[in-house]
Amino acid sequence: MGNVHNHISYGIYQHRHNWFHQLPSHIKIASVFSFVLVVVLTPGNFFQAHLSYALIVIGLLIWNQIPLSAIRKRLIIEIPFVLFAFFLPIFGTDPKIDFFGFKLSEPGLWAGWNILIKATIGVMMSLILSSTTPQRELLVGLEKLKFPKLLVQIMSFMIRYTVVVTEELKRMAIARESRCFEARGPKQWGVLARSAGALFIRSYERGERVHMAMLSRGYTGSLPLTTVQFSSRQDQINGTLLPLIAISVFLIWSVILN
Amino acid sequence: MKIPQLHIPDGFINAPVSILFLVISAFFVFLALRGAKNQLDEKVAPLAGLAAVFIFAMQMINFPVAAGTSGHLIGGALAAILIGPWAGVLAVTVVLIVQALVFADGGLTAIGLNVFIMAVLATLGAWYIFRLLQKIFPKNRIGFLSATAIASYLSVPISAIGFTLQFALGGTAAITLDKVLIAMVGVHSVIGIGEAIITVLTISAVLSVRKDLVYGASNLKLSLVN
Repeated sequence: MGNVHNHISYGIYQHRHNWFHQLPSHIKIASVFSFVLVVVLTPGNFFQAHLSYALIVIGLLIWNQIPLSAIRKRLIIEIPFVLFAFFLPIFGTDPKIDFFGFKLSEPGLWAGWNILIKATIGVMMSLILSSTTPQRELLVGLEKLKFPKLLVQIMSFMIRYTVVVTEELKRMAIARESRCFEARGPKQWGVLARSAGALFIRSYERGERVHMAMLSRGYTGSLPLTTVQFSSRQDQINGTLLPLIAISVFLIWSVILN
Repeated sequence: MKIPQLHIPDGFINAPVSILFLVISAFFVFLALRGAKNQLDEKVAPLAGLAAVFIFAMQMINFPVAAGTSGHLIGGALAAILIGPWAGVLAVTVVLIVQALVFADGGLTAIGLNVFIMAVLATLGAWYIFRLLQKIFPKNRIGFLSATAIASYLSVPISAIGFTLQFALGGTAAITLDKVLIAMVGVHSVIGIGEAIITVLTISAVLSVRKDLVYGASNLKLSLVN
């Protein structure tokens, strides 16, 4: 996050060349969203269907060379819900089944599995989307998907200033530490909160200055487009590939399992 | 260890209910867009954007609790009282969308669920409780900060109740609802204490220096010495 001037180095976007990377962002967002939606719609007891989805996701992760460290970080985010998934078989409803001497709830086991597999596939697909699409293009994609313009603008402000404000936060932390401050427990919350208050004032004042500067340069409420993305017919076909595969996996397994 | 922020992941709540809450949240975001335009005029994008960055940065500050654990903020009450309810809803919504889309911290199909409990329920809930208490409490610094404390505390169990509602509609039937409600509200009644303390300390720090920047304090008359 150190390089403020290079937007590409910030966030989790990785620059690579393949057609998935080059897919126009609005098509990619819609494609990933529909894929995850099909996965969520698939009942948890379609065991083989979920394994097939997982294989597709692993394939995409390897193909796009997503670093292991990024994958690990996303899995940690899931932990509270993983715990919930593990408690389900223990506190779940009847009938109970015998599992190596433990009495576990059968619906609980299925529900736990259902949560684990879908959450993992979902977060991995988000990871694939955000590491193959530059931040600015994600915003352009949202605008093309008819997201409210004002919301996209707020998002673009947020993305643009996250580096600036977090760097400010880091400088404040250095200033505190150079005065021998160490946050050990709730006793130190007062100092931290005063830093946060100062950070708010600085952010707010910066927001006002930025706004003035933009107005004086002729800002009318919409951001100028510097690059125009054309979506070819091929792109649209490529975009439907992912949801189509998911739907066919679902259909094939529902036929076999019945 | 840092307790990760609770974002509902994909598949935790079934697809129809996830879509239902996507629609409900979209409706509230639409109301917020209209409300914030009236409240802030053309300043809404830069200010809500910077407020979103601020909340995002606040969530990076670790508030140490004990034994190596630390907590951090949801920020709904903080945003509502600092920049107003509608701009607050927008700021928290944007934080959640950017986290899911740009940083992959949260599920795409679960965005509606998360926006509903954190941006809509926590933020608007805290705001209306805050406004109600402001009418009852004395119009001074102590009264203002007490209203802030109670509103930000209650915003946390309120979102836990919102989560339980979503779970009742579209969660797994493998566990009885009273267990979920007790566990969620129980845990969040404790987490709320931290949220209240941090919110009050932060707002009180802003109030001392730039009272004019605190939206919720616009009708508050403070003496120069207090």
